[in-house]
Amino acid sequence: MGAGQPGDRERPIIMTDRTITDPKTADPTRFLSHLELDQPDKTFLDSNELVINMGPQHPATHGVLRVILKLDGEQVLGTECVIGYLHRGVEKIAENRTYTMFNPYVDRMDYVAAVSNGLGYCEAVEKLLNVEAPPRAKYIRVILTELNRLASHQLWLGTHALDIGAMTPLFYTFRDREEILKIFEKYCGARLTTHAFRIGGCQYETYEGFERDVIKFLDFVPPKIDEYEELLTTNRIWLERTKNVGVISKADAIALGVTGPVLRASGVKWDLRKAQPYAAYSDFDFEIPTGANGDTYDRYTVRMEEMRQSLRIIRQAVGKIPEGPIMAKVPKVMKPPVGEVYHSIEAPKGELGYFIVSDGSTQPYRVRVRPPSFVNLQALDIMVRGALVADVIAVIGTLDIVLGEVDR
Amino acid sequence: MVNTLKGQYGSGIREANSYLGQNYMVVEPSIVSELLQILRDREQFDYCVDFTAVHYPEREKQFDLIWILYSFARNERIRVKALIADGESVPSAVSIWATANWLEREVYDMFGIRFDGHPDLKRILMPDGWKGHPLRKDYGIIQQDQEWVRANLGIESGQ
Repeated sequence: MGAGQPGDRERPIIMTDRTITDPKTADPTRFLSHLELDQPDKTFLDSNELVINMGPQHPATHGVLRVILKLDGEQVLGTECVIGYLHRGVEKIAENRTYTMFNPYVDRMDYVAAVSNGLGYCEAVEKLLNVEAPPRAKYIRVILTELNRLASHQLWLGTHALDIGAMTPLFYTFRDREEILKIFEKYCGARLTTHAFRIGGCQYETYEGFERDVIKFLDFVPPKIDEYEELLTTNRIWLERTKNVGVISKADAIALGVTGPVLRASGVKWDLRKAQPYAAYSDFDFEIPTGANGDTYDRYTVRMEEMRQSLRIIRQAVGKIPEGPIMAKVPKVMKPPVGEVYHSIEAPKGELGYFIVSDGSTQPYRVRVRPPSFVNLQALDIMVRGALVADVIAVIGTLDIVLGEVDR
Repeated sequence: MVNTLKGQYGSGIREANSYLGQNYMVVEPSIVSELLQILRDREQFDYCVDFTAVHYPEREKQFDLIWILYSFARNERIRVKALIADGESVPSAVSIWATANWLEREVYDMFGIRFDGHPDLKRILMPDGWKGHPLRKDYGIIQQDQEWVRANLGIESGQ
């Protein structure tokens, strides 16, 4: 153990703060996901408790999520998430498809960040096959994945602000996200479920004028991000609705396995792109933005800064895309050697991992997807207890979940 | 680390190895709970990345249970694997990592493995009344709980 990781150069020094007194997750009996709804309520007559359903059809749940809320007036006493409405059995499907055939399916999990899903899956299978994508493919992958991170964050910002009551950011972000989708469309023909990458590299060479389009976009978008910030960052209503709302401490975030911007906003400087670099990320300079309070506002500022850092990465990458092939030598019929591999990437929502078991045949024996949205959603309960109903909406928005990925 | 643990548990740790640069160990289910606690407290594996299972119907011990752990301080991952038979239960890890709550529920839902001491072990992705555990290998890809579909959706089959 203790073998050097490729990321040692910039090994993040993060530490779990064990001094935080009394994290909510320390005592599991205080942290229950269930509301004991089947228990007869002994104090029903003089109680103000009210159990209501939010969803599954509700515009602010970003999909088919049902949250059962136990309320005392406006105050939330507890929540229980009911999920699975969008369960399609992706992991079961994987066992019945070849490695190549399963590739497009992963796009349908986190459908607003399909490129990231594809990158994680392709890299996991490549690891299993012991091949590596050529440098040119890696750069193309980084550019498209970072563009997708930006698109995902833009979609998050628009819908999150809309939930809270600010309508304008939605139009602004969707207008600008369109430019990213246009690049995707020109690159591979699809806008959302792109299936941009193949195991071993990329299927498509960049189109004529790809670099020009990307650079044009890089010049176009920074003033737009400033524009979003102008609308929100110092907006009094926005501050009231997000400051100290949905606070999660560092210790709780780690205990709950929360990752991505939510973890970083709680003060953990950890990003898989730096900690265990994949694709070509070790070639680029960028910062990991963090927050201090772990509230909804910090998660907002972290994501805003991440957008700028993504642009920084793309700018570095697009100027020096290496020449060369875009596909490694992979057999047409893929039969990875018997073995297991876990590979994870920093998706826009957090750590997206694939655990693949190969039995040496053309089909994976088991594919387990570690979905960031699913794990992050579990923190909802701890974040909203004691808050108001309206804060539940804000917290669901700030967690940035995609139900396609929660339910798989 | 492995040597210390081996000294402590002897044959309880059946294998400690590395494949494609990823470390894993296979341990007896009887010590797994204690071992996970030690890994978190002493070895700083404070983040439980994932927990899942794999079904091998032709084996005597049908299920692989896999915990994927990560340590922020070491920037290192490890997989802990335990083999259990069908119907056997394991102690829940919820008191070690709160995140195990939903992950164990999913494994219960998909494989039918029970966890002792779990605060609320019930299905998570499939409907509550569903019969069968879909990720078992003997569960067909288009198989459904026809009774449930008929009663709740009012149709003969979803296919």
